Amino acid sequence: MAITTVRISSSRLKSPFVANVERIAGQKLMACYQCGKCSAGCPMAPHMDILPNQMIRMAQMGMQERLLASNAIWACVSCMTCNSRCPKNIRIAEVIEALRNMALRAGRHNDRLNIQDVPPATLAALPPIAMISAMRKLTS
Amino acid sequence: MKLIYYPGCTLKNHARNFDVSTVSSMAELDVEVEELERWNCCGTVHALGSNNVMNRVAPVTNLVRVKEANASEFMTSCAMCYNTLKRANIDVKKRSDALDSINKLMYLDDIKYEGDVDVLHLLEYLRDRVGFDKLAAKVKKPLTGLRVACYYGCLLVRPKEVAFDDVENPMIMENLITALGGTPVPFNLKTECCGAYHTVGNAEIVADRTNKIMGSAHEEAADLVVVSCPLCAFNLDFKQADAKRLNPEFHHLPVLYFTQLMAIALGCDESALRFDLHHIDPQPALATRGLA
Repeated sequence: MAITTVRISSSRLKSPFVANVERIAGQKLMACYQCGKCSAGCPMAPHMDILPNQMIRMAQMGMQERLLASNAIWACVSCMTCNSRCPKNIRIAEVIEALRNMALRAGRHNDRLNIQDVPPATLAALPPIAMISAMRKLTS
Repeated sequence: MKLIYYPGCTLKNHARNFDVSTVSSMAELDVEVEELERWNCCGTVHALGSNNVMNRVAPVTNLVRVKEANASEFMTSCAMCYNTLKRANIDVKKRSDALDSINKLMYLDDIKYEGDVDVLHLLEYLRDRVGFDKLAAKVKKPLTGLRVACYYGCLLVRPKEVAFDDVENPMIMENLITALGGTPVPFNLKTECCGAYHTVGNAEIVADRTNKIMGSAHEEAADLVVVSCPLCAFNLDFKQADAKRLNPEFHHLPVLYFTQLMAIALGCDESALRFDLHHIDPQPALATRGLA
């Protein structure tokens, strides 16, 4: 019989990444008990590779690379449905914003939206409210 | 006493129909409205990061302008401006360090902000100050038979600190429509997000949202949908062509600002409606109820 060695470590749970997410979001990640209500009501869930409750779990576990490379953090539009329904009063949208902030601040060319890629006709039709909100959320 | 009015950027551009119908309706209600002097962009979307003080500067500057006008409150009809200004106001009242930093940044202004201005949305002003009973008494052209789906989106009801009605099932717009003589219809998706700024870089998400939300209004046999946000209006009205490409069964419906229906009911001049700014022309739907 082969012997498998499993090493259990709490180092990731105490990583600077977890502390940073909690600090920027102003939330306690460990309050989440995975009821899934955030994901059940999320209007953007069909467009996400990781669901909101999974994002919280992965943030608890310090899974920085997977989270910051996901499209889910960009699909969230801060509609706040998750926040208003969370039985533990965790502000999930704030956690996701913290992840976006960390991705945007990680380098000089990490903007998610390049306005020069939007066709001129689309750009001309867009109201200021659309342009400004997209730039505020998707660029550094 | 004049009511200070904050229009916001989009109401002076793509949503001039929202601006003129707001101002014209208030005149019919004998509320003297004065546009805030030297207003600037509200900041558009509240920054959620606890360490983001910079994005509070734009909204707080406007609150200082209100103080300069010797007022302690002001009204806006744009749901985005309301939400951003109100949340920044709540935030800086809780965090004196952030407020200190902002006041230091605004060293050219003589007046400092001290959390002493109230942000009001037009809907709550109509309900709490004018009163829907008084408003109903001023109706000259009741919206008889008009079936209206009231869309709140996110910004009027979330987060709960800014909501002036029930978070899950608000009824304030329905009550306004009833006061105007119209028939509000049930609307399951009235607080579901339209996709917001994804309209810039992810149009397919907005097409999907528009298809579902407008489809839900159509299932309730609504004649039209009313909104309070120019971003929702843009997505739900101008993105109907994309929704139709996604779903050939999609049924076009006009999208109006609630102030436009108020302007019609209160007997405002046609110039207060600006239907030329719409993608789906509201006039045929209104004409079936004898309102155009």
